[in-house]
Amino acid sequence: MVQKLDYLKESPSQTAGPYVHIGLAPGAAGFDIYRQELGWDIAGPNAKGERIRVEGIVIDGTGNPVKDVLLEAWQANADGIYAHPEHPGDVEEGFRGWGRVITDFDTGEWGFDTIKPGSVMGRDGRPMAPHINLWIVARGINIGLNTRLYFDDEAEANAKDPVINLIEWETRRKTLIATRSDRDGVPVYRFDIRLQGDGETVFFDI
Amino acid sequence: MSTQGPKPGEFYQRDRTWHPPAFARDYKTSVARSPQYSLISLQNSMSEITGPVFGHNDIDPIDNDLIANYAKPGESPIGERIIVHGRVLDENGRPVPNTLVEVWQANAGGRYRHKKDTYLAPIDPNFGGCGRTLTDENGYYYFRTVKPGAYPWRNWVNDWRPAHIHVSVFGSGFAQRLITQMYFEGDPLIASCPIVNTIPDKAAIGQLIAALDRNATIPLDTIAYKFDIVLRGRRSTLFENRLEGN
Repeated sequence: MVQKLDYLKESPSQTAGPYVHIGLAPGAAGFDIYRQELGWDIAGPNAKGERIRVEGIVIDGTGNPVKDVLLEAWQANADGIYAHPEHPGDVEEGFRGWGRVITDFDTGEWGFDTIKPGSVMGRDGRPMAPHINLWIVARGINIGLNTRLYFDDEAEANAKDPVINLIEWETRRKTLIATRSDRDGVPVYRFDIRLQGDGETVFFDI
Repeated sequence: MSTQGPKPGEFYQRDRTWHPPAFARDYKTSVARSPQYSLISLQNSMSEITGPVFGHNDIDPIDNDLIANYAKPGESPIGERIIVHGRVLDENGRPVPNTLVEVWQANAGGRYRHKKDTYLAPIDPNFGGCGRTLTDENGYYYFRTVKPGAYPWRNWVNDWRPAHIHVSVFGSGFAQRLITQMYFEGDPLIASCPIVNTIPDKAAIGQLIAALDRNATIPLDTIAYKFDIVLRGRRSTLFENRLEGN
């Protein structure tokens, strides 16, 4: 016999289910209850950096859009600083770096407005290419899926990114790269997420 | 940061044999929504150990009272009045203070206030079904609500979800982000639910079943259930801290 390690176990995950909007986006469920819903403003008005829009669709293993997804984004500011007490440095007043969006019930499209993040220092002093961390929950997803959105106009930084380079299968790396276009002068990054099958998006165990 | 003692470092590895797998055949929707490739495991960077911070300006005090937060003046939702309370802890048993806990649920008849829910049980005009609160400095939280009803769902033709409250928790880092469901002690539907049974370990399922807590009830008013939530713990960086490039 040995001593018992007295750690607790993490509460097991369960799917967010089809009605996740009631709790996390009640306006979308069809009713107003809170003074303000959380997560609609990622960067705030004072954030420096380039204003961008990020859009996409989540596709299941049959090739159909998933229309009941909730996504959360977590990103640094333009200087590569997270709005968190453990990250040395300051962010702009009103910069939260966190957002929450849902897919359209009819089309499955989602999107959010933010600023393009700066490069964040990674492990061992290796800078990470600019990226937005995404977390995806929905009916049928038993534990939230983590992925990262990188930018196709940061090819040089992406090539050196320590996380992208962890992906041994080079053909899969491109599933993490959003593609830029311009719409009425606003940069729009397209990031489609494939849950399963051809072109399956890389998901991380963080 | 403190200069005394070891610094908090990376989160403990998530035990993915304790959590449900992505693919669980009897929960049919998971079949086409589960990745086929393995997850790529990351050692934590700032992107994972940091996460959003919320404060009392973000929410209102009434937000944790589902009996009052959507009721017309002088009215109440119909159903069994309950308190749900507990602590948010990490795997080291330390409280997780000032973290956002959000809940949502069906009404006493098992009907959700959601435009996509077409179950024939009626909407309760005095019940919204969502709430949120911040844990206090000891990781403690509480809600008041009505006990949700079971409801049918299209999986196998006669599947019924046990009574449950959906729970969303943030913790201090994005790696702790968790959504789960709370069940009620003694509910006979728990054993046959395909969503519950995505969890392979009976002890893990038990961790999601709130216990009747007579000590926390308000006599002649509201009965209580206790539900503690455990988030991932963090390693102390005893000998090294390579997160920031040292």
